[in-house]
Amino acid sequence: MSNAVPLPAAPKRLGSSAVRKFVKNRAAVLGAILVGFFVLIAIFAPVIATEDPFKTSFTAVRKAPSAAHWLGTDELGRDLFARITYGARTSLLAGGVSVLIALLFGVPFGIIAGYFGGWIDSVISRVIDAMLAIPFLILAIALAAFLGASLTNAMIAIGLSAAPIFARLTRGQVMSVRSEEYVEGARVIGLRHPRIILRYIVPNAVAPIIVQATLTIAAAIIAEASLSFLGLGQQPPNPSWGSMLNSSKNFISQAPWMSIWPGTAIFLVVLGFNLLGDGLRDAIDPREH
Amino acid sequence: MTTALLSVENLRVSFKGSDGCAPVVHDVSFDIEAGKTVAIVGESGSGKSVTSLAIMRLLQSGSAKIEGTIRFAGQDLTTLSDAGMRRIRGNEISMIFQEPMTSLNPSMTIGRQLAEVLITHHGMSQRQAEAEAVRLMDRVRIPSAAARLKDYPHRLSGGMRQRVMIAMALSCKPKLLIADEPTTALDVTIQAQILDLIRDLQREEGMSVLFITHDMGVVAEIADRTIVMLHGRIVENGATEQIFGAPQHPYTRALLAAVPRLGSMAGVSVPKKFEEIDRATGIAIVKSEEVTAKQPDPQTPPVLEVRNLSKYFDIRSGVLRKVSGRVHAVENVSFDIREGETLALVGESGCGKSTTGRAIVRLTDPSGGEIRLNGEDIVKLDENSFRSHRQRLQLIFQDPFASLNPSMRVGECIAEPMLAHDTIPRASVRARVAELLQQVGLDPATRDRFPHEFSGGQRQRISIARAISLGPKLIVADEAVSALDVSIKAQVINLMLDLQRDMGLAFLFISHDMAVVERVSHRVAVMYLGEIVEIGNRADIFGNPQHPYTKRLLSAVPVPDPARRTSRPELKVSELKSPVRPVDYVAPHRVLQEVSQGHHVQEWGAEWSNG
Repeated sequence: MSNAVPLPAAPKRLGSSAVRKFVKNRAAVLGAILVGFFVLIAIFAPVIATEDPFKTSFTAVRKAPSAAHWLGTDELGRDLFARITYGARTSLLAGGVSVLIALLFGVPFGIIAGYFGGWIDSVISRVIDAMLAIPFLILAIALAAFLGASLTNAMIAIGLSAAPIFARLTRGQVMSVRSEEYVEGARVIGLRHPRIILRYIVPNAVAPIIVQATLTIAAAIIAEASLSFLGLGQQPPNPSWGSMLNSSKNFISQAPWMSIWPGTAIFLVVLGFNLLGDGLRDAIDPREH
Repeated sequence: MTTALLSVENLRVSFKGSDGCAPVVHDVSFDIEAGKTVAIVGESGSGKSVTSLAIMRLLQSGSAKIEGTIRFAGQDLTTLSDAGMRRIRGNEISMIFQEPMTSLNPSMTIGRQLAEVLITHHGMSQRQAEAEAVRLMDRVRIPSAAARLKDYPHRLSGGMRQRVMIAMALSCKPKLLIADEPTTALDVTIQAQILDLIRDLQREEGMSVLFITHDMGVVAEIADRTIVMLHGRIVENGATEQIFGAPQHPYTRALLAAVPRLGSMAGVSVPKKFEEIDRATGIAIVKSEEVTAKQPDPQTPPVLEVRNLSKYFDIRSGVLRKVSGRVHAVENVSFDIREGETLALVGESGCGKSTTGRAIVRLTDPSGGEIRLNGEDIVKLDENSFRSHRQRLQLIFQDPFASLNPSMRVGECIAEPMLAHDTIPRASVRARVAELLQQVGLDPATRDRFPHEFSGGQRQRISIARAISLGPKLIVADEAVSALDVSIKAQVINLMLDLQRDMGLAFLFISHDMAVVERVSHRVAVMYLGEIVEIGNRADIFGNPQHPYTKRLLSAVPVPDPARRTSRPELKVSELKSPVRPVDYVAPHRVLQEVSQGHHVQEWGAEWSNG
């Protein structure tokens, strides 16, 4: 029919420039390494820990770091290195599962509000506003206290408290993607709403949500530590960095290592997720291309 | 020969990328004499803007490498210190850009922005600067200048903002004005006024102008000399009359052949293809004499009938979100389209032409009126019952970069309508996609690529392939070729004409470009402030326009012929009126009178009496 148009040269893979940008960002790579380091510790905890984290010993109460106990022992004589190692499982689990719960509740409501608009949007948005009016941690503590003290309930509480953040972010993303011409084009073709949402809206709205999820894992880890510190999270004798800090607070002058190690662990893993999230945001941000 | 004000020699600009230095401008040399206008014309990616930015040294020194010499009034700009360059910028060379919407600070009144320039560059006092600002605003013909000084930029239309930008550029009495696509974002009547203004000011001030544009019509209107660029090289450089009269390079000839010329269709009743000339050899691939289109059969019932269509948008304000006004975007619009016919809907921004198109494909619900597709009123149908009708009704958007889902492969994009409507068995979708790609002139092997790997014209072909995949009766083409380069535009239009012939498609061709409309349409409807003011056969509208607005629109179209430059009547400074009305406004009942068979004109009031 018409003369064939020459093809563009050198097809570029989608997202390759984002990867390149991420790798160039030293802070982001450090974040990824930190996160990867703690993930490995959590997975291989039984191999890494030289002692049983539950084994008490009344002859080794509150011992300073030594060759026998690398990081020292706590008030029941348990090995702190083993407890920190197993504590990584609690923290990462709490961070990951809470954020999954938050995504599960927040994203669908955000999509519905952003895509359909109108009164549905008004109702959902007011609920989001009301939930965001309460500080994240306060809401999480209140919910955890209401549900009862356990790690599972703590994760549900943290997830529900973080859900409005995702709902609002998703709503905004969906609203901006919805007004794109290709979405209007999909409507003109006669596609149904679920297909438009799954094929046209979600793939193009998902990047900032991933970034926010990474950053929220850091916040959720702190929240879990805080809840455990208050006795609302991981229950003794199971190890958790937050509950370790809680029990160490009475011995802070006699046995400072009891608070230093869990504090350092929380600091490093949260730093890791924050750097990773910031790096992802910079790499994905289309304005920077 | 007079000495040149600006002399560019062997300019070479390279950008540092991930794979070494990529030169984008090669060995460009030209002179601009004092008081002359030189136009650099080229399509996107030709390096015309980069050349102008290199002259101003506005390219980032970290990423761009500039070689060669740029002599301005005896100084070599490439070796000048940064401080020296800052003195040149603004004082000696000024620049205006394409986007008048973003180049003014939205949080300062235009008076203060103008005064600020005068105070910093000339050390004027506040009072002197304000007086000078009024004088400058008068110079660029802004009506009631003194009152306008206290306005913020958002109160001004695009044309008025561009005037303010020109006033700023002129405030330091530059010797050279660089204008980078200054009228591209403006409506055609406003464009004509701005071109007039630049020409008048140049004569009065005796300055030189370097005019960057993609529009051959604009070049013919304004330039003394014309430089044609392609892929970063100058392919032709000469007096404008010579470039237009006897183009030497095949590319220049190809470019000129693709430029739609108003009036070229006199005596032809059906749409005609553009001539396509091979850029390298200069041999015509498609001859313009090929008459492919047919006259639609007047006996067949219309595919689409629109009756008294209206669309209002409420403007809400205050705490209680009360309706405080209404945008009467479309008012009482009626027309028919037959099988195989192209009806063009023309008008300037805000006239309601796009809203009309969007209402027909139900992207927006009309406030009143009927839209009948094959006799059935589709306004009354709900979303689900309308869905099956969508097969017969498709839309092509303006922006080829926004109208394809970036996360879907091209083949999937094209297959989408067929899968949604289950028109053919799933097993044969792949073969059909290949067939469609071939039909729009693309290699079927491209179906596994993503949209961002394609150029604008190719993407528009993909959109067309998708639109025709269900065998529609009517396609609404909303500025479908407006964003494309001129030679690509011609190819895409030729493709649309071929498809119309083969499939009996009816087009609603929405456009602001009168010259393109003349080429493609059987009938034309002119819209102004939401209403159709004139509708009729293409030959009647272009040959015998009746309504004052149609006449104004036609006279404003730049003519790609430098010899006819002076024959245009003086244009008054005008702005497009706003269709925002009070809540209780009821549109007056206006009558369309038949002047000849099928040619209807709305009666016009006193507001048009002085042109």
